[in-house]
Amino acid sequence: MITGNVVVVGGGVAGMEVAGQLARSGCMVSLIEKESSAGGHIKEWHHLFPDRRNSMEVTDYLARQINHDNITLLTGTTIARMGYGKKVFTVDTENGKSISADAVVVATGFDLFRSERKEEYGYGIYDNVITSADLEVMFRNGEIKLTDGRRPEKIGIVHCVGSRDEKVGNIYCSKLCCITAVKQAMELKEHLSDARVYCFYMDMRMGGALYEETYRESQEKYGINFIRGKVSEVGETIDHKLIIKVEDTLVGRPLRMELDMIVLMAGMEMSKGGEQMAQIFGLKTGENRFFAAADHHYGSNESNVEALFFAGSCTAPMNITETISHARAAAAEVICYLRKAER
Amino acid sequence: MEKFGFKISKTRVIDFDQNDKSVAEFIYTNEPSFRLCIECGGCSATCTAGNFIPFSLRELQILLKRGETEKVKDNIEKCMLCGKCSLVCPRGVNTRNIIELAKRAFKTPELHAV
Repeated sequence: MITGNVVVVGGGVAGMEVAGQLARSGCMVSLIEKESSAGGHIKEWHHLFPDRRNSMEVTDYLARQINHDNITLLTGTTIARMGYGKKVFTVDTENGKSISADAVVVATGFDLFRSERKEEYGYGIYDNVITSADLEVMFRNGEIKLTDGRRPEKIGIVHCVGSRDEKVGNIYCSKLCCITAVKQAMELKEHLSDARVYCFYMDMRMGGALYEETYRESQEKYGINFIRGKVSEVGETIDHKLIIKVEDTLVGRPLRMELDMIVLMAGMEMSKGGEQMAQIFGLKTGENRFFAAADHHYGSNESNVEALFFAGSCTAPMNITETISHARAAAAEVICYLRKAER
Repeated sequence: MEKFGFKISKTRVIDFDQNDKSVAEFIYTNEPSFRLCIECGGCSATCTAGNFIPFSLRELQILLKRGETEKVKDNIEKCMLCGKCSLVCPRGVNTRNIIELAKRAFKTPELHAV
């Protein structure tokens, strides 16, 4: 067992996992979450790729992880100031609490790209342009319908919204959107078996475990159509149908298509909370605005500040499997550091 | 009337909604592996015919899927059915059957006409 006080900033997947691991090792953990409950983005998601399991199974696991006497969960709490001296952090919260800690883990995660920034896609302008997150809410409510109550017959899914796009300042790949598109395309077909679903992609980046198999399944069993080309703009016809412009780059000619509904695959960005932490703690960030870890290969949990570690997607886009692994690695780094400090 | 040399250009846009995609539908039904193509171009690279004359199965299959069938009709006759494309396809697409089905569909429109 190990002793020490640790502040974990962010009560999403990474923060909950790292808090649970540290509590079980004997540390006293203050888990700080700005929202009214822990859980992070996964709370809003209905099913998870690649196997389409219910996200509740994972949130239940995480709830069990933080159900420990050594963990104090502080919800509705943000950090105002931080001091560090004699190997002790003093973390002051906005609501007037002051917490002493031997180590800090920043697990501030990501924000979803705000799709209205990609104005040409018409999110917030046209009724039936929605985001991947909006679609998850529809899945959870069990009904896919247009704003006028009809069922969509023809649905387009647009990849890379806010990712790999210099025009919005994000040159990196968010890496989860391709597989999310494939997952949601199949789920749309499960809800609306007669609907036709078209994915518009630049590259299919199917780099994770079971991703390629899922992509193949979407073609083979669900008849999802894939068209290679970045959608340049979305418009509306006089009878309120959506119309897209894209080059079918494999044919080498522009293509026009009417659709009932368009789903935008919003990418991942450094969170606003993370940016505040970078200022408060003096943390380095990279060109992609996520936290810059001390070493890309063997120090992905270490920061430029002593006794301060990173966990999860505040360092780069990560799926849940990777986030949990990264959080466990962060716990191991904290334990290692506290052991050294004890001697 | 005076001629100024102006003319109306035909649009290059693929009009997906108006195009007749019934040949592709016919192939999807009879050879479901038609859906599995990921446009790698392996078939076209190895193609015996394509190495000497302009012929690309990758291009022809996507034109079928978009309903741009005019270009496919004559072109597909260039295939010699050697089957090398099936050997190299990483997705296991039954390319030879796709060509046979497309040819059949063009010869007997009543098979797929809507």
